Amino acid sequence: MKIASKVYTAFLFLFLYAPIVVLVVFSFNASSTRTMWGGFSMRWYEKLVQDQMLLLALRNTLLIAVISAALATALGTVAAIGINAYKGIARKMIMNVTKFPMVNPEIVTGVSMMLLFVFATRLFGDSSLGMGSLIIAHTTFCLPYVVLSVMPKLNQMDSHLYEAAQDLGCPPVCAFFKVVFPEIMPGIVTGLIMAFTLSIDDFVISYFTSGTTQTLPIYIYSMTRKRISPEINALSTVLFGVILLLLLVINLRKTKDKKAEVEK
Amino acid sequence: MNQVKRFFAALLCVGIFLSASGQTAYADTGEDASAPDTGVTINVYNWGEYIANGTDGSMDVNAEFTRRTGISVNYTTFDTNESLYSKLAGGGASYDVIIPSDYMVSKMAREGMLEKLNFDNIPNFQYIDEQFRNPEYDPENEYSVPYTWGLVGIFYNKNYVDPDEVKSWKVLWDEKYSGKILMFDNPRDTFGIAQKLLGFSFNSEDTNEWDQAASLLKQQKPLVQAYVMDQIFDKMAGGDAWLAPYYAGDAAILVEENENIGFTIPTEEGTNFFVDAMCIPKGAPHKEEAEAYINFLCDPEIAAANMDYVGYSTPETAAKELLPEEVQNNEIYYPPQEILDRSEVFVALSDEMNLYLDTLWAEVKMGGPGETATLIAILVFFLLLYIGIVVYKKRKLKKQMS
Repeated sequence: MKIASKVYTAFLFLFLYAPIVVLVVFSFNASSTRTMWGGFSMRWYEKLVQDQMLLLALRNTLLIAVISAALATALGTVAAIGINAYKGIARKMIMNVTKFPMVNPEIVTGVSMMLLFVFATRLFGDSSLGMGSLIIAHTTFCLPYVVLSVMPKLNQMDSHLYEAAQDLGCPPVCAFFKVVFPEIMPGIVTGLIMAFTLSIDDFVISYFTSGTTQTLPIYIYSMTRKRISPEINALSTVLFGVILLLLLVINLRKTKDKKAEVEK
Repeated sequence: MNQVKRFFAALLCVGIFLSASGQTAYADTGEDASAPDTGVTINVYNWGEYIANGTDGSMDVNAEFTRRTGISVNYTTFDTNESLYSKLAGGGASYDVIIPSDYMVSKMAREGMLEKLNFDNIPNFQYIDEQFRNPEYDPENEYSVPYTWGLVGIFYNKNYVDPDEVKSWKVLWDEKYSGKILMFDNPRDTFGIAQKLLGFSFNSEDTNEWDQAASLLKQQKPLVQAYVMDQIFDKMAGGDAWLAPYYAGDAAILVEENENIGFTIPTEEGTNFFVDAMCIPKGAPHKEEAEAYINFLCDPEIAAANMDYVGYSTPETAAKELLPEEVQNNEIYYPPQEILDRSEVFVALSDEMNLYLDTLWAEVKMGGPGETATLIAILVFFLLLYIGIVVYKKRKLKKQMS
């Protein structure tokens, strides 16, 4: 039984990480085919730093992800606090409305947003969709994820704490930032990271709302007439490496903090 | 709070790293003095990987244009003519220069989506060879200036396929190669092969001819491994497939790296001759700057530098002469006139014909209208499952109550 469970775990990790290993290995491939090994080389990394269009697409993607994740987190947290104050049927209804964009097929969201944006740009005499419409669209579809990750933290929190802070002379705003905010912080961080990754990932909604701005997923997709260049392997390896490093640093510092607390 | 700070600090680091690496690549753009910034940005929409972009020692064509004219370029890319069309038809994106293929040029011109070009602003049009002027898809040559052209040929694996066999499209129907044949994943290219074999025109408006082509393709379907586009490269290189039709301009990528793969144009029946042409969509905000861009791309020196990277053929003899000797003399890129005479260009079909083609294509690819039945079966299955769960839950509830 023990062996079986170990084998099962091994397979699980194999399926999770084999594609990434292949991607990383082939980013160092000297040949441009995706199936055959032609020797070690850094040529795709060299090409990557020279490719202005690719870097521009990456810059757009990161910019949109950072801005829309921040916006969605701020709006979502405020919304969650508001919804938490509701009781009974009203609360249930609002929660369902919030969840709806998550289960709604992306393509429907994408097309409907495009129609709305096109209508709005015509109305205001602007000619083209672009960065602005992408940020609005991404903020919109990230919002429910933030709300849903902040909600449970608010439920867990003892609502009397907030009242106690006010009793002790804290004005409402101060009470919020000193008592409520630290309590729901983990939920907010989770929401922020979720929103960030979802925004980087998104293809369908971006495809319809991008106008003349190009994000990384759209750029990669447009390569399919000729072929997806192994530069993309190199880029993915760099992104994967950066995220891995980030996680390691965060985890290391956490364990350090814990040790410091124990020593106290 | 700290976590958030760290997260953003890390993001900032990534951003700084990227912008720094971007700048170093951008710094060396020629020695001549550059034109002052005009503050105008034109939006260009082209195929993916279809312009020299400064990598591998090539010329960064867009940066060079900006340096010479002071007009900035916002360059974006698409994957099919159809996605270009839907983007423009859907509104919300205003482009100044687009580069559709032949049949899409005629379709868009017919629907009034293109602006007439002012050829006074495009003096370099004089370099375009006579045979590329007034093409069938733009008979008066009002809307388009050719960017690249090429022929459709066949990749074959030299270890298994005799080059003599590849002289005719019939080889794609040979049962010897069952399961090793790839076909295009788009209707016009795929039907085109069958039409050439039958001796019909690509642009036929006769449903009967299309039906015959469709039945020929249905006959071929059991032999076909897959209908794919760019996966052709990996499948051919890995030896999974031995025969695959593709565009001549992309042949070099495979042939140069794999000595056992060859590329040839089937000369017996002739082939499809395609042109990608530069146009200006209706209502483009910077028409004059767009014409300057088109003119710039027609400059023989620029065109040669561009084609050297892209790998497709140029419609200008003056540019062709600047390319390496072996490219100029390669019959795959610059075939003799007799092959060109037997080749044909796509022109937009009528709307009814397009609809008819779509249904035929679905039949060929999916194997007939049986697909709808499976779809209904799946829906019914899920409906029954749902009802089953609801009934089960109700019964359980009743049992608990009683």
